[in-house]
Amino acid sequence: MMTQEEVKHIALLARIGLSDEEVTKYGKDLSTVLAWFEQLSEADTSQVPAIGHITGRSDVARTDGVAQGAPEVRDGIIANFPEEKGGYLKVRSVF
Amino acid sequence: MIRDLHEQLKRQEISAVELAERYLKTIETKDGEIQAFLDVRREQALREAEAVDHKIMRGETVDLLAGIPGALKDNMCLRGERTTAGSKILDNYIAPYDASVVERLRQVDVVMVGKTNMDEFAMGSSTENSAYQRTKNPVDTARVPGGSSGGSAAAVAADMAVWALGSDTGGSIRQPASFCGLVGLKPTYGRVSRSGLLAMASSLDQIGPLTKTVEDAAIVFSRISGFDRMDATTAESKGKMFEDFLDADLRGKKVGIPREYFSESLDKDVRSVTMEALERFKSLGVSVEEISLPHAAFSLPVYYIIMPAEVSSNLARFDGIKYGLRVNDEKERMVAAGSLLETYLDSRAYGLGAEVKRRIMLGTYTLSAGYYDAYYQKAQKVRQLIRQDFERAYGQVDFIFSPTAPEAAFKFGAKTDDPLTMYLSDIYTVTANLAGVPAVSFPIGTVEVEGKSLPLGGQLQGKWFDEEGMLALAHQYERWS
Repeated sequence: MMTQEEVKHIALLARIGLSDEEVTKYGKDLSTVLAWFEQLSEADTSQVPAIGHITGRSDVARTDGVAQGAPEVRDGIIANFPEEKGGYLKVRSVF
Repeated sequence: MIRDLHEQLKRQEISAVELAERYLKTIETKDGEIQAFLDVRREQALREAEAVDHKIMRGETVDLLAGIPGALKDNMCLRGERTTAGSKILDNYIAPYDASVVERLRQVDVVMVGKTNMDEFAMGSSTENSAYQRTKNPVDTARVPGGSSGGSAAAVAADMAVWALGSDTGGSIRQPASFCGLVGLKPTYGRVSRSGLLAMASSLDQIGPLTKTVEDAAIVFSRISGFDRMDATTAESKGKMFEDFLDADLRGKKVGIPREYFSESLDKDVRSVTMEALERFKSLGVSVEEISLPHAAFSLPVYYIIMPAEVSSNLARFDGIKYGLRVNDEKERMVAAGSLLETYLDSRAYGLGAEVKRRIMLGTYTLSAGYYDAYYQKAQKVRQLIRQDFERAYGQVDFIFSPTAPEAAFKFGAKTDDPLTMYLSDIYTVTANLAGVPAVSFPIGTVEVEGKSLPLGGQLQGKWFDEEGMLALAHQYERWS
């Protein structure tokens, strides 16, 4: 069973604010699901490499160049900013 | 159905505008109750239809799909229009560009009547997790349409669109197709570009069609598939017109029945409908044999480790900073007022729904220091074993058949109390996403539940990139019945 402290820690890592009731609720939900995962210990994976890309694609590269985006796409992105000043994204101070 | 409408358009027996009007009218009459659409694009759809009529009148050749009204699941970007993914955190989000699938569909002049409802960020199996509305199953409005592409399925089933696109991470196209009596195709991983699809779990997500017939699914699929430079996971292979290969000779092909899928716990009505379907395959000249997928039993826990892990990374972008909802609330404050961290915590607390939060936290937990090897790494290894099961099976047979879902459509609220109960709905579908193989669900019969006759889908899985053979068999099955 996950403790209240563990749930709060995970919520903070996940950047999700939780009320006290939610801490209890999610603690219960997550513990149930984590216990259900235990069955995987029955699968012998000692000789198995972890999977990479499922259809075997690897090292897909593109030219490392500057591409000029369409102005209307730029405007669309800026229009979605919650706060904007002079075409720049306004954020809260980090420090 | 699409071919028939196309002929009518070409012969000018009906105009594209009239056809669009017919579907928009049906939306007006029915969608008040069904609630399949989050946005209806009346003006834009009619403009798109008009453009098709002009081409036809000028004698230009138009594509099979030109002027055929369809719908998009609301997790695909449509330039200049609202794209919410069923979440409040994107309530005010206007997509600045088209998803690659939308670009391709525009090139063949489709008419898009609207954006459809879905479980928030495609997380759910009933569409009950939408932050906006509850979509009803047109077959029985007391029941869910399935999920997460429930809005797309309901739209097609209620004749509010001829075709619709959905996305499938663990069964989100196939299970609603089964619940609503439709055809639903999840392509091979890498067949269809995911660029402009709001990501849920990047190693599992694929876009595909929901339609009334296998041929219609093939027609839509042909037009959205193929390499895309915007999605590095798309396969180099050139797409083709899959609808031209549906009558291929399939005699001598083999369908495998995984014994693990037909255990004692399988519902007896579902079992008998599935067994009847096997008899029909035999009458098509296809043989049926038992196979084993020894690690199939681990599919669900593997899926519910890998998917939330990817979800927790993909959804980190919804932070209240760059777009979407930004909340600074006085209540429930966990940290000092006015800090950047506070913006993150509050925006995500208010913008995201319960199931989304649950999966983000689950993924954050399994990826966190000290747990990575026990959960994520272990799951990626078992995923390898599951893939190997399929490789072995496909050395023996050409296709794998099973029910699509363990039951027919269930009632609202039947599985909302306990997350695990809802997760079990995906038991037959998640393996195709884990192994990356294509799978199609199509109607194979009905079951009687509380005096109602409810549709049931059968799921045919194919070899990697063999949508051609898989769709041909599904098509011939459909025509035979």
